[in-house]
Amino acid sequence: MSDHEYTPKSKVGKWFNDRLPLLTLANHLTDYPTPKNLNYWWTFGGILTFCLITQIVTGLVLAMHYIAHADMAFDSVEHIMRDVNYGWLIRYIHANGASMFFLAVYIHIFRSLFYGSYKSPREIIWIIGIIIYLLMMAAAFMGYVLPWGQMSFWGATVITNLFSAIPLVGEGIVTWLWGGYSVDNPTLTRFFTLHYLIPFLILGLVVLHIWALHVPGNNNPVGIDIQKPSKDTVPFHPYIVIKDGFALLMFMIVFAFFVFYTPNILGHADNYIEADPLVTPAHIVPEWYLLPFYAILRSVPDKLLGVVAMLSAILILAALPWLDTSKIRSAVFRPLYRQFYWILVIDVLILGYVGAMPAEGLYLLIARVATAYYFLHFLVILPVLGFKEKTLPIPLSITEPVLGGSPNFATARNKESFTNK
Amino acid sequence: MKNLFRISIFIILVVCFHNKSFAAEKVEYLKTDWSFKGLFGKFDRGALQRGYQVYTEVCASCHSMKYLSYRNLAEKGGPEFTEAQAKVIAASFEVKDGPNADGEMFTRPGKLSDKFVMPYENVKAAQAANGGAYPPDMSVLVKARGGGVDYIYSLLQGYEDPPADIKLDDGVYYNKFMYGNKIKMANQLSDGLVEYADGTNSTVEQMSKDVTTFLMWAAEPHLESRHQMGFKAILYLIILTILVYFSMKRIWSRIETEV
Repeated sequence: MSDHEYTPKSKVGKWFNDRLPLLTLANHLTDYPTPKNLNYWWTFGGILTFCLITQIVTGLVLAMHYIAHADMAFDSVEHIMRDVNYGWLIRYIHANGASMFFLAVYIHIFRSLFYGSYKSPREIIWIIGIIIYLLMMAAAFMGYVLPWGQMSFWGATVITNLFSAIPLVGEGIVTWLWGGYSVDNPTLTRFFTLHYLIPFLILGLVVLHIWALHVPGNNNPVGIDIQKPSKDTVPFHPYIVIKDGFALLMFMIVFAFFVFYTPNILGHADNYIEADPLVTPAHIVPEWYLLPFYAILRSVPDKLLGVVAMLSAILILAALPWLDTSKIRSAVFRPLYRQFYWILVIDVLILGYVGAMPAEGLYLLIARVATAYYFLHFLVILPVLGFKEKTLPIPLSITEPVLGGSPNFATARNKESFTNK
Repeated sequence: MKNLFRISIFIILVVCFHNKSFAAEKVEYLKTDWSFKGLFGKFDRGALQRGYQVYTEVCASCHSMKYLSYRNLAEKGGPEFTEAQAKVIAASFEVKDGPNADGEMFTRPGKLSDKFVMPYENVKAAQAANGGAYPPDMSVLVKARGGGVDYIYSLLQGYEDPPADIKLDDGVYYNKFMYGNKIKMANQLSDGLVEYADGTNSTVEQMSKDVTTFLMWAAEPHLESRHQMGFKAILYLIILTILVYFSMKRIWSRIETEV
């Protein structure tokens, strides 16, 4: 870290800071040199922090009124919706907040993919991010079980049953996870406990994520290493704070629209039917944010291999810094990678779409092709591309493209603005 | 930007393709104007009161509404019966209470704080009385069905004679909006079935609309305050966003770059 020495002005401040350097930390955070050409795709880190805090705060209040018992969970949710003061608001924020959280995290991840933010020296930030993402999925899945509706119950049954694919010990593990021989009250209480725990684990990892970020500093749309601090950087406060704040407010408007006007559109109607172990819903579908992985799972005919494929689809991301052999970070200077990047985005959207459809006929075929392409992208295209691709000339500093035009992504990728210098 | 554009085109295509490919098997629900839709959507008070009347005179003989209390009928944003009216409604039901000091269960007239009295003791009793089919609890029914209010509204009017090639068992009826077209509830509504207290002509269409409105309120009793608060919250956010936008422009103008 290229921090300058900091001494508090007041005597008390100095006394305190010598014993616990909180003020040095605060000073580091406000002065933190940030590339001045960050575009709005970079504001999602702050937005995600907001999402996490929102989920924790609303979750705490919900936990005060919720009853984690198979016979009472559904009733207690209706109690929250009807009789707790503003309970409907808290619950709708929490339920839609999960979707908003995933929306933001997907944008955040795909921003990393586009600008090569996972590459050296930021591999650890990236891997921590993948762990956070895995924990988010676990938390979201268990949270969806808590209202104890039909989708809660059957979703939990399907997902926990995946572990039975493990040879020899699979069945035993499933019984152990359930705390019995089917999804029932013991499953609900442990899911509630874990659902309460995981957000705090995520919070801890977020601290590490940001800490690891503050060592090399932010990547930027041009993807080059920059001098810090320099004319290429601005202090985090007020420049980035106000910009993140502006983006956050825009995000909150979308969020509020969902909460106040279509609070149930992202959920499944069946979850307003109380869990019934004797009635299986016509289609068991997970929440939208898990659909691409659900599609991968179902596209493999063998159960064990399906589970392996689904897990690999996520874990492969952790190996990304080494699978991508290109030395150039930003897709702005990688004309071929840019094409493949957008194909990957479309591929994942297709996977999400077929994940919501019944796994049969044309849908199954599409799911298989899209799954194959997903792995092809990471295992073949990326490693080869690093050697074969002819990249565009990269500028020496951010200020160079700034002076040549604008730091915006749209104009920065205009090659002339860098090369005519 | 160009790529964003491409992506949006793609998404639109997918959505169109999706709707088209499923239009064939999807039934068009009957349409009506719901007063509670939209940014300022509110319940039609008259429809809620009439809807309660339809519920209590027709549906309630089989369908419970276990999450509602009689006090809800007098609450703001609902049918808004006066408290005196709600008390009379509550008192017209026999509520099982107890045990008393002698250890005996007893019945008494309902109070505002009581939950809606259930037509059957339990699910098994309900099934036994209805040929094995459980008449679902109606408290959140609108939210528990894919088509929501349009579906319920249509279903109530969707009874028809079955096509010649469909054979129905005893106690099974044909409804063009029901999933699979076979329903165990017989057609309940007929013109003039309920004599509305406010003199409204009780056609099947009118009763369907009223009772569906009532069910929507039952499922979302705070819908009105949600809409009101939502409008204020979003307006506040928009104004704040504009202010922050100009502050941001101002702050960033200190350095020779653009945001």
